[in-house]
Amino acid sequence: MPRTTVYEAVTQRLEILDLEGQVDAELMPELDPNRIIEFYRNMVLMRAFDNKALKLQRQGRMGTWPPIQGQEAIQVATAMAMEDSDWLIPAFREQAVMVLRGVPAHTIYAYWAGDERGSAFPDGVRCFPIAVPVGSQWQHGAGVGLSLKLRGEQAAAVVFGGDGSTSEGDFHEGLNAAGVFKTNTVFVIQNNQWAISVPLSKQTASQTLAQKAHAYGVPGIQVDGNDIFAVHVAVTEALERARTGGGPTLIEAETYRLGDHTTADDASRYRSEEEVEQWREKDPIPRLRKYLEANGLWDEERETALENEAREWVDTQVEALEAMPPQPLEAIFEYMYDEMPPHLAEQMAALKAEVEA
Amino acid sequence: MSGQKQRLTIAQAVRDAMRDEMRLDPTILVLGEDVGIDGGVFRATDGLIEEFGPERVIDTPLAESGIIGLSVGLAATGFRPVAEMQFMGFVYPAINQLFSHAARMRNRTRGRLTTPMVVRMPYGGGIHPPEHHSESYESLFLNTPGFKVVVPSNPYDAKGLLISAMRSNDPVLFMEPKRIYRAFREEVPDEAYTVPLGLASIAHTGDDVSLIAWGSMTRVCHDAAEVLAVQGISAEVVDLRSLNPLDRDTFIGSVMKTGRAVVVHEAPKTNGFGAEIVAQINEHALMHLEAPVQRVCGFDVVFPLAHLEKLYLPNRDRVVAAAKKTMEF
Repeated sequence: MPRTTVYEAVTQRLEILDLEGQVDAELMPELDPNRIIEFYRNMVLMRAFDNKALKLQRQGRMGTWPPIQGQEAIQVATAMAMEDSDWLIPAFREQAVMVLRGVPAHTIYAYWAGDERGSAFPDGVRCFPIAVPVGSQWQHGAGVGLSLKLRGEQAAAVVFGGDGSTSEGDFHEGLNAAGVFKTNTVFVIQNNQWAISVPLSKQTASQTLAQKAHAYGVPGIQVDGNDIFAVHVAVTEALERARTGGGPTLIEAETYRLGDHTTADDASRYRSEEEVEQWREKDPIPRLRKYLEANGLWDEERETALENEAREWVDTQVEALEAMPPQPLEAIFEYMYDEMPPHLAEQMAALKAEVEA
Repeated sequence: MSGQKQRLTIAQAVRDAMRDEMRLDPTILVLGEDVGIDGGVFRATDGLIEEFGPERVIDTPLAESGIIGLSVGLAATGFRPVAEMQFMGFVYPAINQLFSHAARMRNRTRGRLTTPMVVRMPYGGGIHPPEHHSESYESLFLNTPGFKVVVPSNPYDAKGLLISAMRSNDPVLFMEPKRIYRAFREEVPDEAYTVPLGLASIAHTGDDVSLIAWGSMTRVCHDAAEVLAVQGISAEVVDLRSLNPLDRDTFIGSVMKTGRAVVVHEAPKTNGFGAEIVAQINEHALMHLEAPVQRVCGFDVVFPLAHLEKLYLPNRDRVVAAAKKTMEF
């Protein structure tokens, strides 16, 4: 009775664009130059959107905000690879994906500013609400993927989460169920190295997060998440697999949270400035700009024009946020049930009487 | 078939409700542990996989949070899942999915996405099982807005309420009194029919004292009412049937008529839903009361193992004693 190897696995990592803006010609996907410029434009717009929120927060015009700085490549590439028929199931640091999928930027500002209307996404945008509890949304990715599969839709559910959320049971239950039912799901981990103050090394003894896919019979891949071409390739492959009955994929996109966990956090308490600086050199935006410049697709003039466009666009979003009239008190009672039950109507009437007295 | 009736148990009525509604509504899916070929550990899904196939009657991995998480994803995108928690004592791992997502989806999307799903949960003691198979956790869910909570006490209501639950656009927790799953049979129509959610029933009319209960405790109250009748006390049994929405008018009306009330539930007494019933009686019928309202409930303990569970469970004699206490006040 020999002792034999019953399972062996290999986890791949994909990198295409280096820090100097050079690409691996063999791995570089075919992309229209205008699309590459659009990658860049969207990353710049999303960073401006994020920076503005941080400024608003410091001025008391915004509530707690989870910055996305450094993670734009994952979000822009994924959003741009998705079709309208695909579903997005975000965690809470996917603002850029949401905006690019059709949730108005000022709506997302409104949510984090504490306005109920920030949860009112436009009809037809296939997007779940922001999921704050950490990890529970992985299960919805499996469920929506199963839903699409059962209905025979050629569409995918794309669910996001962070490195910390892979320690939650729901991550494993979700991947397991997705594997069993071969759901139309793409699981995207934004591995930004830190779950508030806890580094990845304390989150798991696994060498990678991508390898966890093997345990569930699901393909997994690690990509340089600050390399927008690598993310594009991995996400496009995974979406194609999901939409055509090939089942789910786990993508670990390695990146770094250049900012604090949220505006309520002070990351200098738990990580060194040297570490942040090292990652700042891998920032996805300058990397792609170097590529564009080296290929004659970009210059200082276009950069200035884009900066102006970003500023104006963000200002428009802030104006839209601040033009919203006050919410009626009904906003806290509405949408609890299909029909408001009598006891809730009584409570609402009592509050109304109190406020109007 | 129209107009036909059969004598069914609660478990059979539950099965028929799903079968009939699945025939009418292709978006209904049944999912859970052992709901497929096994037909459920209580046979409440017996025969469904044969009729509807494994795409609509889905044996899931053994993961309660996963069952509810999948259901949230399915429900928000056009299906009406009927999820089974094999026993209510096993619902804890699914609490985050239920509280943080199922109960909030409508609110957190301002009505754009909803979670029309039913979570069936056999609850309560009296079947001499191992640990974690006897619990009654309704008050957990009743202090979390966003759910409906429904508890049938007989086969006719079980089928009609479950069909209403499957047609509801809100998530419904459907607690099935497993102790009386097969305790008795009643005539149940063959076709689909509804018993509305949010409507209590006067299961037995009386004038002297109101016995307010739900699920299996309704049977205990019936038995108590018979004993009380022999002793010249006319008890009214109010079967709440739906705990949220709660039919306040019916139980308050009963208490206004009788002036006395006993609230009976299996769950632990302290902070149980009975306390809410008493509070509402105080708010709306205090001046009609002839005596303090009594509660007959489970004790504030871990549900005991099989040998002593009989001592834990509220029984006929305790309800009779509590009713007499209100009469003698």
